[in-house]
Amino acid sequence: MIYDYLVIRFGEITLKGKNKMNFVQKLENDVVEKLRRFPQLAIKRHFDDIEIQLNGENADQVIAVLKQIFGIQNISSAIKVENNLDAMRSGAIRIMRAENGARTFKIAARRKDKRFPIHGSELNQELGAYVLKNCEGISVDVHDPDITLRVEVGYHETRIYGHEYEGAGGLPVGSSGKVLLMLSGGIDSPVAGYLLAKRGATVEAIHFQSPPYTSDRAKQKVIDLTKKIQSFGGTVKLHLVPFTKAQLAIRDAVPEDYRITIMRRLMFRIAEKEAQKTGALALATGESLGQVASQTLESMNTINQVTDLPVIRPLITMDKLDIARIAQKIDTYEISIRPYEDCCTIFLPKAPRTRPDRLHAERFEHFFDVDALTEEAVNGIETLTIKSEDSEDVFSDLL
Amino acid sequence: MIYLDNSATTKPYTEAMDTYRTVSEQFFANPSSIHALGGKSESLLSKSREQAARLLKVDAKEIVFTSGGTEGNNLAIKGAALAYRGRGCHLITTAVEHASSLNAFRQLEKMGFEVTYLPVDRECRISVEDFMKAYRKDTILVSIMHVNNEVGTIQPVKEIGEFLKTKPTTVFHVDHVQGFAKVPLQLNNSGIDLCTISGHKFHGPKGTGILYVRQGTVLAPLFSGGGQEDAMRSGTENLPGICGMVRALRMTAEHEEAGIRHLSDLQQQLRAGLSNIENAVIHTPLSGSAPHIVNVSFGGIKSEVLVHALEENEIYVSTKSACSSKDTGASGVLLAMGVPEGEARQAIRISTAFENTNEEIAASLSSLAENVKQLKMVMR
Repeated sequence: MIYDYLVIRFGEITLKGKNKMNFVQKLENDVVEKLRRFPQLAIKRHFDDIEIQLNGENADQVIAVLKQIFGIQNISSAIKVENNLDAMRSGAIRIMRAENGARTFKIAARRKDKRFPIHGSELNQELGAYVLKNCEGISVDVHDPDITLRVEVGYHETRIYGHEYEGAGGLPVGSSGKVLLMLSGGIDSPVAGYLLAKRGATVEAIHFQSPPYTSDRAKQKVIDLTKKIQSFGGTVKLHLVPFTKAQLAIRDAVPEDYRITIMRRLMFRIAEKEAQKTGALALATGESLGQVASQTLESMNTINQVTDLPVIRPLITMDKLDIARIAQKIDTYEISIRPYEDCCTIFLPKAPRTRPDRLHAERFEHFFDVDALTEEAVNGIETLTIKSEDSEDVFSDLL
Repeated sequence: MIYLDNSATTKPYTEAMDTYRTVSEQFFANPSSIHALGGKSESLLSKSREQAARLLKVDAKEIVFTSGGTEGNNLAIKGAALAYRGRGCHLITTAVEHASSLNAFRQLEKMGFEVTYLPVDRECRISVEDFMKAYRKDTILVSIMHVNNEVGTIQPVKEIGEFLKTKPTTVFHVDHVQGFAKVPLQLNNSGIDLCTISGHKFHGPKGTGILYVRQGTVLAPLFSGGGQEDAMRSGTENLPGICGMVRALRMTAEHEEAGIRHLSDLQQQLRAGLSNIENAVIHTPLSGSAPHIVNVSFGGIKSEVLVHALEENEIYVSTKSACSSKDTGASGVLLAMGVPEGEARQAIRISTAFENTNEEIAASLSSLAENVKQLKMVMR
């Protein structure tokens, strides 16, 4: 690796006008936090970018971490040279030799420091000619080059950028407020959490457990999923709700075809109460229109009745296959398909009502004490703080 | 006791054996059982996998736990050949592979595959040129050891990997059993699709190993069964062994840099000492070889006799590879290098580990010199 620097560019954040610096500050914090395990790095924030001096750390590993951070549009590897033509020439050659897979190139030079005597277009010609002369089997392609050497003449030194890597896009996590995500153990809800984190939301998760019908492994599965969501953005809290009593009450009091509807309404009530406690401004689910009985418009309408909070459904228009594809990309798929019962699969009615209505639902809720069960569940919530992967290790003395 | 047969096996770390015992006793449940006890075993297994992946700088999904080098090589070679036989039937390996690879190829030949065995030069090294000549459009598998187990020569797997990066229809397997923690090898983005390592070669328990299987590589399993290890290696996981090995892996990785430097020191000392002994011929090349192996013949002295003579002084070295030492002929590796048969029958292998000391090497050298002198008189 010949590069000394990585330069991070922001993308969408740059459109934020006066608030830009808040976003950039958040992003810088994320970058510093995620790169903590590389002690040699020096990280500097500039107006337009964040610069990382590698100081011998493995660039590939650092890039792999950066690629996961939301708010980063792209990452360029770069070197710095003195502000003179000879230094720029040999710098350009160094990069071209290192990028020996590239067959075509172009130079894109720009002066920040207008005192530098050679104009951008002249620099393009000067450096381009020099590279052509000194690297074999290479040609210029100004439209679709394998590599663009961007040369940026600054006030003190010149940066030359080589390879560019695509970032995760989106907004820095934590820049958009907090949502409470209803996390089952399935494929969809972690994807919803990922998409929300990508838009800058702080995601907390709430999960409903029904021991002894659901096991410790189901719980572990949800913890593992939360860790994955966490890997995209800061520390994630996981709220575990004891739900057995409520489910048994519903089973005993409510006609079979309405049980799912009532159960979901109860979940929303509990989630809303928890959201108030934690300061979340919205609830989120992994629902997708028409996927299962509780995901029809009638069903969502009936379920939504019990909460005033906005309910965000990032996957509402997505097909199952598209969702699964994202799950695979973000590495939650393998965890989600672990075959443990969760509170939604036990007591599953044979024929749930696909078009429930609010009136019926309200009537059935008079058959048992909704408020008391909600209260009791909320009081029993256990909150786990899921921290970054390396800090937690129960088996460390064995391995 | 001075143990200098570390290429055959290493003495397990106390810590690795502590782990083995603790896991055997406390995490005995089957990781596939659905009860909570099984759950604990399962999470210990996945922690082990993650740690191994982190140490090898690969993805956890790319780690397949095996029973050791022989299984790793067999699974890689037969598994890839059978899985990709639709693409072609030409395979490339070298004439100096470990028996577990060579015999797998012999088996595949009987099944109709065509195998090119690349020859080696006087230093036991294949040439990239020969490889290029042997490479064909229908070559589906290339399998090459990184470090030769008998003489320590490093093969040009990096160059071959670079070339094969551009050949997506060819699977590249590297037998890294002898090279691990002695000659660094990058796995990700190196063109390597499969890589075998073995636990007992780095102070882990026997019967343990890892096959690195790059994501997207398909293998026909050797064992059919319950689908453990991503269905590539069915059978209840050897959890105590796996944990013990992963602990040894961590301990070895932590000491790798300093350890390799130390091994080079020992090797220099060994070479200098050997050159003072009459008729000593060192077969291990001076450059481009691993730091822990020295293969040497003493003219006129049968290797087996010398091994037993040293044993009297509680110094343990070996003849050729332990895995082929039961057949009493000359070393196939040395013969392939062009070493005359007589000399090839006289070779002993001295192989060190991180914990061997300069004093041990000095003592071994003087014992060697003494024994060679004695034996020469007797055998004359």
